[in-house]
Amino acid sequence: MVDMTSTASPMRKPFVLRYPSVAIFLIILALFTATITVLGEGFGIGLISTSFVKTLGKTLCLCLAALAMDLVWGYTGILSLGHMAFFGIGGYAIGMWLMYARTEIIVIESLASSALPPTAQEISDGIATQIFGVVGASEFPPIWAVAHSLPLQLAAVVLVPGLLALVFGWLAFRSRVTGVYLSILTQAMTLALSLYLFQNDSGLRGNNGLSGLQNLPGLDSVPQSTVSILFFWASALALGLGYLVCAWMVSGKFGSVIRAIRDDESRVRFLGYSVEAYKLFIFTFTAVICGIAGALYYPQAGIINPAEIAPIASIYLAVWVAIGGRGRLYGAVIGAAFVSLLSTWFTGGQAPDISLGFYTIQWVDWWTILLGLSFVAVTLFAPRGIGGLIDKFAERRAPDRHGADLGPDLGSLREKEADE
Amino acid sequence: MTLSICRALLALLLFVAPGLLQAQSSDAPVQKLLQAHAEVIQKSSRKTIGPAIDALAQSGLPEAQTVLEQWQAKDMWFNRDTGLFVFASKADGGLRVFDISDGAEIGVVDKKNYKQLKPNSGIRGLIASALVQFQLNDPDPLNRSAALTAIERDAEPSHLSALRGAIAGEQDPDLRARKNRLERLLTIRFDDDAAARLAAIDSFAGDLGVDVRATLNPLVTSEIKVSDTVPDGAVTIKAGSDELTQKQAYDLLVENGLAPALVDDGTIKETLISNIDGDRVAGVQVASLDEDAARQAAYQLLADQGLAAPLVTQDDIAEAVQQYKFYRVYTSAPLPVALAAQAVLDNIETQVALNQTADLVLDALSLASIYFLAAIGLAITFGVMGVINMAHGEFIMMGAYTGYVVQLFIPDLTLSIIVAIPCAFLVTFGAGVLLERLVIRWLYHRPLETLLATFGVSIALQQLAKNIFGTQARPLTAPAWLDGSMVLNDIVSISYIRIAIFVLALLFLALFLIVMNRTRLGLEVRAVTQNPRMASSMGINPDRINMLTFGFGSGIAGIAGVAIGLYAKVTSEMGSDYIVQSFMTVVVGGVGNIWGTLLGATMVGTLQKGIEWFNPSNTLAAQTYMILFIILFIQFRPRGIIALKGRAAEA
Amino acid sequence: MSTLLEVSGVSVTFDGFKAINNLTFQIGPAEMRAVIGPNGAGKTTFMDIITGKTKPDDGHVLWGDKSVSLLSMSESQIAQAGIGRKFQRPTVFEDQSVRENLMLALRNKRGPLAVLRFRAGQSDHQKVADLAEEIGLQNALNRKAGELSHGQKQWLEIGMLLAQDPQLLLVDEPAAGMTPAEREHTTDILVAAAKTRAVVVVEHDMEFVRRLNCKVTVLHEGSVLAEGSLDHVTNNDKVIEVYLGR
Repeated sequence: MVDMTSTASPMRKPFVLRYPSVAIFLIILALFTATITVLGEGFGIGLISTSFVKTLGKTLCLCLAALAMDLVWGYTGILSLGHMAFFGIGGYAIGMWLMYARTEIIVIESLASSALPPTAQEISDGIATQIFGVVGASEFPPIWAVAHSLPLQLAAVVLVPGLLALVFGWLAFRSRVTGVYLSILTQAMTLALSLYLFQNDSGLRGNNGLSGLQNLPGLDSVPQSTVSILFFWASALALGLGYLVCAWMVSGKFGSVIRAIRDDESRVRFLGYSVEAYKLFIFTFTAVICGIAGALYYPQAGIINPAEIAPIASIYLAVWVAIGGRGRLYGAVIGAAFVSLLSTWFTGGQAPDISLGFYTIQWVDWWTILLGLSFVAVTLFAPRGIGGLIDKFAERRAPDRHGADLGPDLGSLREKEADE
Repeated sequence: MTLSICRALLALLLFVAPGLLQAQSSDAPVQKLLQAHAEVIQKSSRKTIGPAIDALAQSGLPEAQTVLEQWQAKDMWFNRDTGLFVFASKADGGLRVFDISDGAEIGVVDKKNYKQLKPNSGIRGLIASALVQFQLNDPDPLNRSAALTAIERDAEPSHLSALRGAIAGEQDPDLRARKNRLERLLTIRFDDDAAARLAAIDSFAGDLGVDVRATLNPLVTSEIKVSDTVPDGAVTIKAGSDELTQKQAYDLLVENGLAPALVDDGTIKETLISNIDGDRVAGVQVASLDEDAARQAAYQLLADQGLAAPLVTQDDIAEAVQQYKFYRVYTSAPLPVALAAQAVLDNIETQVALNQTADLVLDALSLASIYFLAAIGLAITFGVMGVINMAHGEFIMMGAYTGYVVQLFIPDLTLSIIVAIPCAFLVTFGAGVLLERLVIRWLYHRPLETLLATFGVSIALQQLAKNIFGTQARPLTAPAWLDGSMVLNDIVSISYIRIAIFVLALLFLALFLIVMNRTRLGLEVRAVTQNPRMASSMGINPDRINMLTFGFGSGIAGIAGVAIGLYAKVTSEMGSDYIVQSFMTVVVGGVGNIWGTLLGATMVGTLQKGIEWFNPSNTLAAQTYMILFIILFIQFRPRGIIALKGRAAEA
Repeated sequence: MSTLLEVSGVSVTFDGFKAINNLTFQIGPAEMRAVIGPNGAGKTTFMDIITGKTKPDDGHVLWGDKSVSLLSMSESQIAQAGIGRKFQRPTVFEDQSVRENLMLALRNKRGPLAVLRFRAGQSDHQKVADLAEEIGLQNALNRKAGELSHGQKQWLEIGMLLAQDPQLLLVDEPAAGMTPAEREHTTDILVAAAKTRAVVVVEHDMEFVRRLNCKVTVLHEGSVLAEGSLDHVTNNDKVIEVYLGR
C-alpha cells in the first residue's frame, strides 16, 4: 500500500475506495486478464501462443507467492527462506490428485478390454504400477491415501503447508529464534524437505517428481489453449483475491501491529501483544497462500520435482520481493513479475548475445550472474526496490525523518543494534 | 634320498651326454610316472587329469615341481613316435628339446615329430594348486608367501597336509603365523576329524578376519525341511514362528508335493477366463465378476464341477501344516561342527559390531573434521564478527578450484598441494577483502541485508565458476602418499586423506586460537567486535580490522576448499553442499566460540554418521533427519552447546 | 495496606555477577514510589524482572489481589495483566503515525484474530484524541513518530503508557532530555496517574524526585539499602556513603 498511515478519519467508505492503490491494482489486473484472453488462442484471436499464456499464468502464481513473502518479510520482518517449500507442497498436493485421476482413467480404459471386469484392487494396483514403476515400486505409499479424492487433496493444498508452517513456526517462535537464525532455520527446513523428496522411497517418485500435470483428468477433449486460459483466469482471480485480503490485513490495526513487530518486537511484547502468536499467524497464513499459489502453478508448469523446493527457489522469492520493494504489496507483485519474466526471457535464449569481440556474452550463461550482482546492487543502493521508484514518481516521497531510519527497507535494523 | 638322486643324475649324464641325438632316458622315474599316465595327460581333460597330477605331486620326486611348472607353462611336448615327454622351446624353425628328468639339452629336432601339451585353464589351475606344496617349502620367502596367497584364494583338500608338512620347517615368524592360521582354516574346511575341526573353530573365537567368517559361514548353511518325523541331527522348528511363518511352511509343503498348491487371485482369474462360455462363467455373468468375492464364488462353482483345482482355505493350510514336522538341517557340516561354527560366528558378530562402532566413530570424526574445516571460516566471519556470509560456500569452492588450477601448472602432486594451499588462501583472502570493501562494509548491523546481498554474490560466483570451469566435476588429485588407508583390522580402517583432514582441522583450530589469543591482530579483532567505538578511540582502525578479519576467515575457507576438494569432487555447486551444514555447525555449537564450533561439528558429524548407520543405503535420508534434529535442537537450545554449558556451569 | 505487587527474596545472576541480591519490594494499588540508586544498582534489572524480560534464579513476584505469580507469565501476559513500562530511551514505532502508536497501546483485545477484526470505533478515536491532547501532540496525530523530537517521543511513550491503562506503571527516567516546563508537566501527569494506580519511577534527578513527593527506595548492589521519605533516605549514613563514596 502506498500510504497505510492515512487511516486518519473513521470514514466508512468501502475498503477499495479508501485505498486507491488496491483499486488501481485490481483494475490493471482485470484489464491484463481481459487483454490476454482476447489475444490468447483459447477464446481470442490467437496472437499469443498457449505456452506464453501459461508462462503469464505461472507468473501470476509467483506474484501471489511474492505477495505472501512480502507479508511475512516486508511487513512482519521474518525473512523466511522456506516459503517456496510451501509453494511446492501445494503443487505436490494437487499434482497427486491430477496424476492419480488421470492414470486411473488410462488404467480403466486399458483394463476394459480384458476378459473379466477389473476389481477395485486390480485398478488400484494398475495405477500404482503406472505411477511408481519409475521408482521400482508398485504399491501406494500411505501419503497417497486420499489421492483419489479431489476435495480431500484440495484440502491438503491448504492444510499441509498450513500445518507444517504451524508446527515449525510454533517451535521456532516459541524459543524466540529471530533474525538470521530464523532465516537459516527455515532454509534448513527447506533443504531437509527437498532432500527427503529426492529419495525414491519418499512416496512421491523421488527426483522424477510428478509429471503430466497439464492434462486435466477427463478433459482430454478440451484443448490446452483453453485449459491455459482457464488456469490463467484462476491464477488472476487468486492473485486479485490474495491482494485484496493482504491489503485488508495490513491496512488496519493488525498491519500496525505486525509492522511494529518488524521494527521492535520486544516493545510490542511490553504493550501486551503476544508477538509469537502474531508471527505464527502470519507465517501460517502466508504458507497457506503459497500452497494455493503452488497448486495453481504446477498444473500450468506440467511437472513438479524436488528441485523446485530446493532452498535456492525460496531465495529467489526473497530476491523478487527485494527488487520489487519490500513493505509494499504492489512492490512484491511487480518484482516477481518483472524478474521472473526477465529471467524467462534471458534463460530462454531469446535475449540477443552481446559480442565483445574477444568474448561473446551468452545470456543463458551470464543472466544468473547479472541477476546476482543486480541483487547486490539493489540491496546496497536501492533498498526500496522498484516500488521506491514508483513512490518517487508518485511524489509520495517518505518524509524526512529525524529518528533512526527504520521501516521496511531496513527491516532488520533496530535502533539498539545501530547503536551497538 | 639326495644321494640316490645324485647317483641317478650321474648315471643319466653318463648315458645321454655323449651327444646322442634323440637319445633320451625312458626309464627315469619321472618319465616312467608320466608314461603311466600318458593317456590322460595327452588327452588333456580337466575331468580325468586329476590322478595324473596327484601322482606327480605326491611322487616325492625332485623333478616333479619342474615338470609341473613346464607343463603349466605349455612347454612340455611329447614325441609322437616314442611317447616320451620332453621340455621344448621353438628354435631355428625346429624345436629345441630337453630331457624332463635333468633338463639337459637333447638337441634341435623336427617339430613334426612332437606334439605340444596344451593344458586348458582348468588343468592349469589344478596344476597350480598341486604346485603349491612345493612352493610352500621354497627357499625364497616371497614364493612361500605367494603360495600361501594362492591357497588362501583357492584352497584344496590336498593343501591341508602339504601345509601341515610345511609349518615345522618355517623359520620366518610372520610366514609361520600365516601358515598356522591357514592350517587351522583348512582344518575347519577339510579335516575329517570332527574334534580337530571343533578345536580349530573354537580357536577363532573373537577373530575379526574376513577369512574366518568366509570359512565358517558355509558351515552353517542350513535348510528347512519337512517330513513326518524329525531325523537325528536336525533342529525342530515350530511352524508359525518368526523363523517359519505359516505361509512359508505351507509353501514348503506344496514344494514337496505334500499339499495342494494355493489358488491365488491370478490363477482364479485365468481359470475363470479360460472357462468363459458366452457371457457366463459357470453360470455366473461375467460382468458381475468385478469383485474378488464374486470371482472366488464363481471359481468355487467351477471347482465343484471339477473344472478347477479346489480352493485352499486358511483352515486347510493350518491343518496341512499341523500334520507335518518341520526341521532345520545343516547341509554342509555335521551338527556339532555347525553349532560350534554358529556359536563362534555369533561371538565374532558381537566383536564385529563393537569394531564397527569404532569404525563409525572414526568415520564420524573425519566427517566432523570436514564440517569443522568448512565451518571454521564462518566461525570467524559469523561467530566473531557477526557477519553472515552466504557466499562462504563459494569461497570454499574458489579454494578448491584454485587447487585445481595449480595442479594444471604443477604436475608434481605433492608440490602442487603445497603451492595450492597458500595460493587458495591468497585468492580467497583477496575475494573476502573485496567482498567486505564493496558490499559488507555498507551493511554492518543489518544482518538480513547482508544475508541477501551475499546470496546475490553466491549466485553470481557459482554461475561464474560454471561458465569458466564447466558443469562437470574437476579432479583435485591427492599425492600418492595420501592414497590408501591405515588398516587396523579387517573392519576398522581409515584413509590417510581423512587423517590428513583431521590433522588439518586440528592445525586450523590451533591457528585460530593462536591468532585470536596470542597476536596483536586477535586482540584488536576482539576489541573491535566488543566495542568498536572504544577500540577506535584507542587508535585501532576498525575498518582495517574488519577487513582483515573477514579476509582471514575467507582465506581459511579457501584452504578448507583445497582439503575438501581432495576428498570430494570439485564442482561449482560444492559450496552450497556445505553452507547450510556449516551454519548449523556454528549455530549448534554456540556462536562466537571456537570450541563450540568444534563441538558443533562433532555433533553434526556424529549425528549424520549415526543416522546413516541405521539406514546405510540412504544418505539423503540421513541428511534429512540430521537437519530435522538440528532444527529441533536449536529450538530448545537457541544459544548452542557452549552457551548452554557456560550458563550451567555458573548457575 | 493491601499490596498490588510484592517482590520477595529475588536474586538474579548474570555470568557470575549478582545483579539482584535477595531483593524485597512492595507497592500498594494507588501509590507513587521513586527508586533511586547509583549506576549498576540493579534498577533496570529490577524492572526487567517485574515485566518478565528476565527470569530470576530465586524468589517470588506476586501480583494483584489474587497474588498470581508473574514468574510463569510471558512479557505480553504481564503487560495484559496491567503492568505498563516506559523505557529509558524512548522506543516508539517510528515508521508509524502518532495515532497508530497510540491506537496500538490503547486497551483493547490483543489477540491476532480480535485485532484483525478490530476497526476503531468512536470511543477509541475519542480516547486517542484525549491522550494526544494530554501529551501535547494533538496536532501531530498524523505525523510519523520518527519525525518527532526527542522530547515529543518521550511524551508519546508516556501517552502510550497511559493508553494501556495499566494498574502499575514502571517509568524509567521519564524526564531525561526534557525542558524544565516539560518536566513539570510530566510530574503532573505522573502524580495524577498515581491517584488511581501504582507508579514506580526510576530517576537520577533528585530535584525531580523531590517534586514527586513520595516514598523513596534506594537500591544498591541489587538490594534495598534504605526506604522512606526523601529526607529520611538522604540522611541515611549508608546512602551517603554509597553516593558520595568513602
